Amino acid sequence: MCETCGCAVTAATVSSADQAVLRHLLEDNDHMAGHNREHFAEHGVLVVNLMSAPGSGKTSLLEATIDSLKGEFRIGVIEGDLETENDALRIRSHGVPAVQITTGSACHLDAHMVHEAVHELDLDDLDILFIENVGNLVCPAAFDLGQHRNVVLLSVTEGDDKPVKYPVMFRAADLVLISKSDLAPYIDDFDRGRAEHALRRIACAAPVFTLSARRCTALDPWLDWLRAMSAEARVPA
Amino acid sequence: MKCSRMTCPPPMHELSICRAVLRLVEDIARTHAAIVRKVEVRVGPLSGVEPKLLARAWPIAAAGTVADASELRIEAADVVVRCRQCGASTPASVNDLICGACGDWHTDLVSGDELMLLHVELAAHVAANVE
Repeated sequence: MCETCGCAVTAATVSSADQAVLRHLLEDNDHMAGHNREHFAEHGVLVVNLMSAPGSGKTSLLEATIDSLKGEFRIGVIEGDLETENDALRIRSHGVPAVQITTGSACHLDAHMVHEAVHELDLDDLDILFIENVGNLVCPAAFDLGQHRNVVLLSVTEGDDKPVKYPVMFRAADLVLISKSDLAPYIDDFDRGRAEHALRRIACAAPVFTLSARRCTALDPWLDWLRAMSAEARVPA
Repeated sequence: MKCSRMTCPPPMHELSICRAVLRLVEDIARTHAAIVRKVEVRVGPLSGVEPKLLARAWPIAAAGTVADASELRIEAADVVVRCRQCGASTPASVNDLICGACGDWHTDLVSGDELMLLHVELAAHVAANVE
């Protein structure tokens, strides 16, 4: 405070002050994500962030997963959508808790939104928490939520070159699921080999599983992956 | 009357990045009891943030804050990978991160996904300049 006139600052002290800073732009989000991660670690809960374009089958995958793992894991879901509780209602009808985050016009979830949602759940009652991110192949990739693993869905109806079109998203993937494989016979231009090649071109080492949630076919590699990740998350840090 | 639907909506994703930048620079400005004249950031092409949209969102996000009417300078970053197989560091592109020396895909990004605040240029409050 300037003692002469009471103004907040004098021109001489900070005129053109050049503040060199080297800080990550999203450090506020990342700090909260770290806090979320501590919560999850305390409770040994595996947290999986599901991302994809709208309509790739994230909710259907969750429904099939919940039914397949019933009795084995206690599952909870955080649903992110621009509007409606529809997806949370679908999930709750399978007998597991679901918290809906409606983002309005926001195109992604961030760590603060997830933090609020987590406090509506009892982590003591959960083994696996899925976060179904807003359907969007661009924005969600930039925001750490505190998850352990990112899973990106690529449905056979979308085109096998998606990874090179959306490199930021697919580079973030720890696992890629090619979904809607039951439709593959009708889609003659989707080639799994090309999709995998596109992933490697962007230096993504994620394993690739192909499945159909709707027909519940070839779910086992995915379920086994979840079992392995859950075992890792249970080990005290 | 101008129909609001005719104007482009502000880019939401870049707006939230702007707000994150603002939180950082507001802290710095408050510490120095100053206003913000210029903000310099480095945005890599693999950061998920589009520099042009960020530039467009900045005046909207900064309006009414200590960074009102400030300049946002966006520095680009080159995409560079280091190969785990041969150890070479080579330039790459956003959707081709294969080693430029040996062609292996087991590479790590050395540069290209930066989202950093580099500099903040502060100025005295207008009131202090009036004297």
